[in-house]
Amino acid sequence: MKTIDKDTVISVKNLNKRYRIGLEETKQETFAMQIWHMLTAPFRNFKNLKSLSNFTGTEDESIFWALRDINFEVKKGEVLGIIGHNGAGKSTLLKILSRITEPTEGEIQIKGRVSSLLEVGTGFHPDLTGRENVYMNGTILGMSKKEIDSKFKEIHEFSGIGKYIDTPVKRYSSGMKVRLAFSVAAHLDPEILIIDEVLAVGDAEFQKKCLGKMEDVAGKGRTVLFVSHNMAAVQNLCTRALLLNKGLLVENGETHLIIDNYLNSFKQNAIANINSNKKTSKVFIKDISLNSREKFNNVKSGDDVDLIINIAKGDNYSEKDELSIAIHFYDSQGKRLFVCSPSFYNKSLGCLSNVDIIKCKIENFPLAEGNYSINIWYSVNNEPYPEIDNALSFSVYPGDFYKSGRLPKKDKGSLFLVKQNWTI
Amino acid sequence: MNESQITVIKPQKGWQLIDVKEIIRYKDLLYFLVLRGIKAKYAQSVLGVSWAVIQPLFTTLVFTVIFGNLAQVSSDGIPYVIFSFTAMVPWNYFSGTLTESSNSLVANANMITKVYFPRVVLPLAAVFTKLLDFCIGFITLAGFMIYFRFVPSIDALFIPLLLLILLLTSMGIGMILSAMAVQYRDVKHAMTFMTSLLMYAAPVVYPASLIPEKYQFWYALNPMVGVIEGFRSALLSTNPMPWNFILSGFIVAVIVFVFGAFYFRKMEKIFADVA
Repeated sequence: MKTIDKDTVISVKNLNKRYRIGLEETKQETFAMQIWHMLTAPFRNFKNLKSLSNFTGTEDESIFWALRDINFEVKKGEVLGIIGHNGAGKSTLLKILSRITEPTEGEIQIKGRVSSLLEVGTGFHPDLTGRENVYMNGTILGMSKKEIDSKFKEIHEFSGIGKYIDTPVKRYSSGMKVRLAFSVAAHLDPEILIIDEVLAVGDAEFQKKCLGKMEDVAGKGRTVLFVSHNMAAVQNLCTRALLLNKGLLVENGETHLIIDNYLNSFKQNAIANINSNKKTSKVFIKDISLNSREKFNNVKSGDDVDLIINIAKGDNYSEKDELSIAIHFYDSQGKRLFVCSPSFYNKSLGCLSNVDIIKCKIENFPLAEGNYSINIWYSVNNEPYPEIDNALSFSVYPGDFYKSGRLPKKDKGSLFLVKQNWTI
Repeated sequence: MNESQITVIKPQKGWQLIDVKEIIRYKDLLYFLVLRGIKAKYAQSVLGVSWAVIQPLFTTLVFTVIFGNLAQVSSDGIPYVIFSFTAMVPWNYFSGTLTESSNSLVANANMITKVYFPRVVLPLAAVFTKLLDFCIGFITLAGFMIYFRFVPSIDALFIPLLLLILLLTSMGIGMILSAMAVQYRDVKHAMTFMTSLLMYAAPVVYPASLIPEKYQFWYALNPMVGVIEGFRSALLSTNPMPWNFILSGFIVAVIVFVFGAFYFRKMEKIFADVA
């Protein structure tokens, strides 16, 4: 067997994964054909089901490559973020790395004990007590009974379940269940940890606790592979990142570069979505951008920033239609931070010409370093349109907000910067 | 950290042996799955484990009335109740494991698609979970024997062999059916009525001696024939130990088990994709 480099713990070579997707059924024209179609259904069903696992025969349109020619290596102690749009192949990659499913082609070598957390609370049974479920879930994740025995007290304490540990889990609130499940996961002691978006559970406080635990694990020199849509978490935790798109490994490099590219690709998608509904709408949003000086979608705290919305009238627009608009700013955890709207200043959007640009100047941009997104709400004659989620994602970089060269400490997690006038 | 072993992940081709070392590594999981199966089954019920007695008992009573009294089916000269109950204990175990294990992978699809573990522990856990019911049934049977004043013969020493045949068959068929059920849910629909029909292919409500001589060879290919008739001979001394049934049953059981293990291993890799 070929041995891999000394520091390399994961080596992925020419990895391919193929799935079969469903195809549209043909419609039957006559009653007789419909009957025939029903009678022959078992043969077709058998063929379809069999084809799920059988790939001999020529490539046809029902074959879908979830991963195409993926190559990368992970060194010991690295925290690798894997990002990409939905359907990019992130989860498939994790599933192959954690041996849940087999690759179609290629080879992976992994050095060390792997634990994968693609879900918390796998194997939980509602009729078993919290204690029994800890053992159930722990052994599923690969711990031995002895290991759980020795860690049980810690797990119990971390979960904060207290005296309810001997109550059947079905009487738990969903939050309690998640906390217990995550506590088990957090006490795994692998050399390589594979995590898929499990942090998107629980309340904000618990999420913080989880992120803290993750940082601990990463800090101990463990190798971590981390899939997330939470760019702030990826930015904070990962030393390197991979960007996947439609099954291909697009980029592999420093975290902040990869995140920037990813966020830019998001914007292009959002515009496409916005434009898709123009036929039926009275008005539609063509584009939105957030610019400071010459830089496009790239802002620093304290900059004077222009929020520019490109809005156009649709086919059904009439002169009398009254338009309102509001732009919501969100943090990377999806919490709404503030709203910009001309209505606060009693400004009406009035009559639109063919294409109109609305500009809103935000002085001394108040958000601290991090990743944020914008969501557009608009209505015509008080009838709201579906909100455009993620119309724009952007990063804020540290800027000289206080004109003193000083900023609050990043790890304390303050989101806003406020102009202050001290009398001392 | 010491030099860790290297795991190689690549497409597996052809037929493979089952990885026994891996199963031993996950023995605690098997243990807790069995525990979960037992606890969850009788959770929040008043009679709890007593159901393991009530269910075969009532079935036996109905059989006694219909087959024993009304149809006058031969029972090798012993009371029909104990005749059929002796068969009911291993048969109930067998049919129970078939239903449970064939469904075990589908019912735990969420585990299969989220975590790696040797998948074979799921049908195995189903087979072991049912052992509790079997033991309870066996104790009830002992009660019957005391009541009807039956003393087991020296052949009762061969009961572990009969149990081995029973377990090998259950595990073998469990592995085959559970692996098939992942891809073809037809197995589930078929199992609901097949277990009750299959009962008539084994000497549960009638003695094996009713089967004409020329069909005996084919009949004995069913491992349950040897098991059930063996139980009757050992415990009730109805006939001498039916070694021809037991031998053919044992051979079939081993073949089923080995084939099941290979088949399961072959299908295992697609479970997460098609479950």
